[in-house]
Amino acid sequence: MTVSRRGLLAATAAAPALMRVQDALAQGIAPRRGGTLTSILSPEPPVLQIGVNNQGPTLVAAGKIFQGLLTFSPTLEPIPVLAKSWTISPDGKEYVFKLQEGVKFHDGHPMTADDVIFSIMKFHMEVAPRARAIFALIDKAEAPDPLTVRLTLKQPFQPFLLMFDNSACAIVPKHLFDGQDYRTAPAVQRPVGTGPFRFAEWQRGNFIRLERFADYWKSGQPYLDAIIYRIVPDSQSRRLALETGQVLLTQGSDIEPFDVPALRGRPNLEVSTKGWEYFSPLAWIELNHRVKPLDDVRVRQAISMAIDRNFITQRLWFGVGKPATNPIASTTRFHDASAKIAGLDVKAAAALLDAAGLKPNAQGVRFTLKHLTLPYGEVWSRLAEYLKQSLRQVGIALELESTDAGSWARRVGAWEYDTTINFVYQFGDPTLGVERTYVSTNIQKVTFTNTGGYSNPKVDELFATARNAADAKDRQVAFSAVQKILCEEVPQIWLMEMAFPTIHDKKARNVITTGLGVHASFDDVFLTA
Amino acid sequence: MRDFWRRFRRNKGAVVGLVILLLVVLLAATAPWLFPGSPWDMAGAPFSPPGEMGMLLGTDSLGRDVAAGIAHGARISLLVGAVSTAAALLVGVTLGAVAGYLGGIADDAVMRFTEFFQTIPSFVLAILLVAIFTPSIGSVVFAIAIVSWPPVARVVRAEFLSLRGREFVQAAEVLGKSRLSIVLTDILPNALSPIVVLSSLMVASAILLESALSFLGLGDPNLMTWGFLIGSGRSVIRLAWWMSVFPGIAIFLTVLALNLVGEGLSDALNPRLARQRGGAA
Repeated sequence: MTVSRRGLLAATAAAPALMRVQDALAQGIAPRRGGTLTSILSPEPPVLQIGVNNQGPTLVAAGKIFQGLLTFSPTLEPIPVLAKSWTISPDGKEYVFKLQEGVKFHDGHPMTADDVIFSIMKFHMEVAPRARAIFALIDKAEAPDPLTVRLTLKQPFQPFLLMFDNSACAIVPKHLFDGQDYRTAPAVQRPVGTGPFRFAEWQRGNFIRLERFADYWKSGQPYLDAIIYRIVPDSQSRRLALETGQVLLTQGSDIEPFDVPALRGRPNLEVSTKGWEYFSPLAWIELNHRVKPLDDVRVRQAISMAIDRNFITQRLWFGVGKPATNPIASTTRFHDASAKIAGLDVKAAAALLDAAGLKPNAQGVRFTLKHLTLPYGEVWSRLAEYLKQSLRQVGIALELESTDAGSWARRVGAWEYDTTINFVYQFGDPTLGVERTYVSTNIQKVTFTNTGGYSNPKVDELFATARNAADAKDRQVAFSAVQKILCEEVPQIWLMEMAFPTIHDKKARNVITTGLGVHASFDDVFLTA
Repeated sequence: MRDFWRRFRRNKGAVVGLVILLLVVLLAATAPWLFPGSPWDMAGAPFSPPGEMGMLLGTDSLGRDVAAGIAHGARISLLVGAVSTAAALLVGVTLGAVAGYLGGIADDAVMRFTEFFQTIPSFVLAILLVAIFTPSIGSVVFAIAIVSWPPVARVVRAEFLSLRGREFVQAAEVLGKSRLSIVLTDILPNALSPIVVLSSLMVASAILLESALSFLGLGDPNLMTWGFLIGSGRSVIRLAWWMSVFPGIAIFLTVLALNLVGEGLSDALNPRLARQRGGAA
């Protein structure tokens, strides 16, 4: 998926077309006012202030309270939210956002350009590390009038707009945060945003209730009276609640993959894995290149060819997710479908290992590696067992090590592993979510950096070219080239483009309409009678 | 010896238990021939019910043969049971003998030390130890041994306390035998019967403990065990009951057999108690 600057500009005009798509999704049924949507959050979020906490459950629930300037379609085209329209200067350095009129915060204060500038330059800059890295590129932020925001960048940065989704840059009320410690301000406990639902009640360990905001800036919306998120810690209870109709919607990891096939068969439920295109997590076997013989490209290719990715997605994840073909997920911008890793071929894998001079011993073992099992639940243990058996077929003995989540993060961060499993969000653009795990300048003792220690000057150069180029075409050339190189060198063994099932009662309409799925504001969600 | 066997045989349950136990040992011993290759091999299609695709007890979620898992798991379960019990006996008997024979300050010190371990819930301690030393067969055996020795120490101490005042021990002391040789050749053989009975029950509880640890994912990740089979099958029990039911039956039968054998041994080694119980029944 490539987006030219002209394409971005045209997206404003394309918005009405998108609305029609949403109507079509509702199958011609006119939205009905009223009703309460019940759903589940697990685990319980610590706070509902985006920025202060950006974990999955927080983003889901607070996504109804807060809004960003934009959101993104499943193909990552920008869709206007609080920004009515925007223009980008030809040199790619100046972004001007026109804001929607009549937007009010839940406490009645009108939202103006001041709140937007405060949110970008002060609030998220201070509390959110991911936003800080990008917003540091902003040279000047001005408000020529109360409904216009002009951002001037130090250098062109093509993925800049992707940072204006609610999950990355929620617009917060300046008057409730300015001059206070943002993390401990009273508004963090009683969040106030511009979204279609306002925070009503939170019984810790029990439920969070959001109610309809009558002064919402889209007239007649939202359609729902309230949204209730129940806190249900046990996965089997969550499944039961969905089956019995106590909740109408589950998302993320609420339902285990092995429960999905049974729920797919239910006539009243809709199971979808869409709505994660913006995040597009990619799972891979993380190799530590400092461990011999993983520094040998033939060995990495052999490991990659010994694994049946279809088995993993179909048998372990029950069809939730799809086999990875390359380091950039197919739902992320600049994915090049022509760059592909070699498929399953056990014989060729064995031949590569022979060529690398790794002969099998009497037991058929060429070499032994340790594998740190990802401690995120059972399906990941099954994956480790599967990898052990697959690699044994080509003569690689994998010795499994169990650990807990804290130790896993510490050991990966400290490079104390041979192999493990990792999955990383791509945030729509390779510069935002892919580059960090392959360039040699980001070899750090921190998780989700290039912890494996892969280093290739050509790859560094191509990623830098793509980062600094102002034009999408130039970026695509660089990204295509880097995907080809990475598919040859397989620095990590990509396994699966992960997906999370969103399961909802068919009564609920318009649940997934954007590339952010259940993280959207739900102002257009309604329940049929 | 013939007398012992006759008394053991009188307890029908014990004979049944012994037969089951022998069968389990046989299964463990012949596993490499019955189910060649690794129990981790994905031998068939995943989720095959029992009897289909030539899999007697079905396959698990990765297509691994459940029957092969149970046979190979028997080796691990019995091994863990035997080794951890042996280790617990070594510690327990030594400390119990020291405390019971020497008495005084040594007795006090050893018993307070034992009580320290007895006050900590044994399963929690086992989980903690395995978690600290990272799950492996060695750490599991170590953890089970650590939590199982205190009862042995107490039983042995009690036996030694009652035996050390007997005439034959006093005679041995007068004869000038060394303490060590009195403990080993005079007292210990006479204290053996409760230890034998206790150890058969300890093997059973060690197998249960190992299964519980594996069930929680704290077993050796490289070894197929019964607890692992149940733990990994539990989540899909609504789709595939056989993955957790058959290993559950295996644990149930083995532990039951060991308990029955333990009771039989107790009867055979304490004829008077057995007769009383027989009379009551």
